[in-house]
Amino acid sequence: MSAMLEARGIAKAFPGVRALDGVNLQVDRGEVHALLGENGAGKSTLLKILSGAQQPDAGEILLNGGSLDVAQTPLERQQAGIVTIYQEFNLLPDISVAENMYVGREPVRYGLIDWSTLHRQAAGILSILGLQIDPRAAVRTLTVGEQQMVEIARAMTFEARLIIMDEPTAALSSREVDTLHRIVRELRGRGVSIIYVTHRLNEVSTLCDRFTVLRDGRYIADGRVCEHSTDDLIRLMVGRNVDLLRHRRHRPPSDEALRVEGVSSDPGKRARTTSLKDICMRVQSGEILGLAGLMGAGRTDFARILFGADSCTAGTLWLSRDRIHMPRSPAEAIHHGITLLPEHRKRDGCFLDQSIRQNMTLPSLKQLTRWKLFVSDRRAVQFVEKYRRALGIAMSSDLTPIGHLSGGNQQKVLLARCLALAPKVLILDEPTRGIDVGAKAEVHELIRQTADSGVALIVISSELLELLAISDRIGVFREGQLVAEVDGETATEQRVMSLMAMGAAA
Amino acid sequence: MEALTNAVKPRRSASALVQRYGTGLVLLLLAIVFTSQNSRFLSFRNLGYILTDVSICGIVAVGMTFVIISAGVDLAVGSALGFAAMGAAWVIKLSGFNLHPAWFFALVTAVGLGAMAGYAHGKITTVLKVPPFITTLGGLSAWRGATLLINHGGPIHDLDTGYRWWGNGSVLGIPVPVMIFSIVASVGWVIQRYTRYGRHIYAVGGNVEAARLSGLNVKALTSSVYVIVGTLAGLAGFLLSARLGSAEATAGTGYELRVIASVVIGGASLSGGTGGVGGTIVGALLIGVLSNGLVMMGVNSYYQEIVIGLIIVLAVALDSFAKRRG
Repeated sequence: MSAMLEARGIAKAFPGVRALDGVNLQVDRGEVHALLGENGAGKSTLLKILSGAQQPDAGEILLNGGSLDVAQTPLERQQAGIVTIYQEFNLLPDISVAENMYVGREPVRYGLIDWSTLHRQAAGILSILGLQIDPRAAVRTLTVGEQQMVEIARAMTFEARLIIMDEPTAALSSREVDTLHRIVRELRGRGVSIIYVTHRLNEVSTLCDRFTVLRDGRYIADGRVCEHSTDDLIRLMVGRNVDLLRHRRHRPPSDEALRVEGVSSDPGKRARTTSLKDICMRVQSGEILGLAGLMGAGRTDFARILFGADSCTAGTLWLSRDRIHMPRSPAEAIHHGITLLPEHRKRDGCFLDQSIRQNMTLPSLKQLTRWKLFVSDRRAVQFVEKYRRALGIAMSSDLTPIGHLSGGNQQKVLLARCLALAPKVLILDEPTRGIDVGAKAEVHELIRQTADSGVALIVISSELLELLAISDRIGVFREGQLVAEVDGETATEQRVMSLMAMGAAA
Repeated sequence: MEALTNAVKPRRSASALVQRYGTGLVLLLLAIVFTSQNSRFLSFRNLGYILTDVSICGIVAVGMTFVIISAGVDLAVGSALGFAAMGAAWVIKLSGFNLHPAWFFALVTAVGLGAMAGYAHGKITTVLKVPPFITTLGGLSAWRGATLLINHGGPIHDLDTGYRWWGNGSVLGIPVPVMIFSIVASVGWVIQRYTRYGRHIYAVGGNVEAARLSGLNVKALTSSVYVIVGTLAGLAGFLLSARLGSAEATAGTGYELRVIASVVIGGASLSGGTGGVGGTIVGALLIGVLSNGLVMMGVNSYYQEIVIGLIIVLAVALDSFAKRRG
């Protein structure tokens, strides 16, 4: 078989990070090629370079034997036949399926859109893919899985020769996954090549022909899937030294801080949420419970339900052995001593245009009032100063808008906001996402200090190394269930990874 | 623990100064220009006139500041003002002008009706999840219709002297409406600056999801600002009818534009989270000074409307320019 795509010696550096270092990738005509690696291995950067969203510092890309200009834009790449389907879809929700497939390239007659041709062409492609989707339906009315299929149908309109799929099954139900796999095989049969990024290793063995593994921005190995066991693949993906990061804490057993039983939820058609099934969990005061899982496994959904930000269909909660109602609002959760640091710092955490003082003190203003009415500026300044020192926040004035701070400092301000509420249970969702290495280590230290002060912590992270470094215990989520709990001391990357990707049976 | 890098120092650049004090400077400049054209502009009598004129709109604008900071808008203030004023006068008329003191019953009725209108807007916005623009656009029409209905479109005259004192009297040489405006503005400023409630309104307008996740009762906070602006529209309606000596069915028509303009010229963003009563007062004064000054210069009133329109756009353009530079 001949190569459809060849990337040689791709290198890319960002300030302070070498994201890719001499990476090679060869994808044959009509094959499904798995691109494997942990979070931070460099997969996303490589995809962005292939799709034209970023330019490499060095290396060359050949499509069908011909060299591609590395400075091409994403649009030029699409026209050349490389189409990327991202995790966050690029569909316009309020317009029809057919228009989305041909947006910017609608068939025109006498200067007006030729609707009948548009719908006929769109219906033709949908039927090739065997999809029962009405081309006239608004994209908003489709399920997440159907939207994904529309993205693929749109790729077909470009006569794509290579389709890049970035974790396409992360948000799909198992029936939708079957449909996706059928379509991927259909495309392969038509000679289309597919780069398939997934963390679900069972998909690799059932769907993919060959694989390439990246680790720490480097090419590690490639080969035929049928010649390698899943354990082989995991061994190739992991292999960094965890012990360097581990700071074992000596923690005497303590009282139960939180216990939940039978937490279930049904998000209905809400996009990008997972239905939880019967989650049972307990955390002790002073304990750090890490939650591992793939995207869409339900960790964030669980955290938000525990905090009252989303609703659940069933579940019982005990705090310090007192049975209480599952919180119906964040205000109620905070009242009970449960606090959440949300996953998306800028979207759900910060008031970007407002001052550090306002951001940090907001939920604790009661503590700062005189005669229970007027917020004292003096007390607010002291409050901010106390946490600035304790958390090592770099800032010039407490009136600076939080948006002017670096990611790490923003996160510390939000952490201070949580800590000031004196929580009994603190949930941190991706506490170090998007912050630099130095700040990361500081946040880890703060997490340990907080636990030492007797707070029960639940930490969600997509970086396994981080979880292994800080957790006393690790709970593994998979498809809306808590499938296993492992001891933080003895857990290995390989063990947790295989639980995440394959469930308790593995 | 080592401090991290990347802290940004606040810069005192020219554009930052423009952003902060620009509207005040424009106000000062206008006052100088008008005084040079007509020395009577700066007379005690004229200033009193300008301030009284500004006060009635200004009272509503203080409430509107809360609404706009919360990322909402209220287009119905003019109609709610007219409705409250007419309702109050109607109560007096219904009693055969026998309620004493008449102004007291009128004040309570006007404020109560205004608050009720605001409560309706708030509930419709938060419970039925209708965007405030639409809710209050409906209110703009509905309350005006209700006002016309009360007295079949006619005015209610013959408000007694005690009533009219509220619009035309003075205390220590300061016109009563100006006095009330000062009190309302001061209380509004203190609430925004120094109470939890005020800080919470900024949070809701800055990022509603982050506010909810910080444990704020976003729905109650959102509803409350419409009650505030409605109450103040009721108060302003009472003062306007006292000033005119009659309740007119068309009173308050077009006030929404002038009130929103005051708040926006004062530096608030319609996307919420920024602004303040201080800026709003300057904005209201700017519009008041401009229309008064243009009249004194003998400018055709049609041109006035054009100039005020241009000033609104210019003020916001200047602000967004300064923000980009700063």
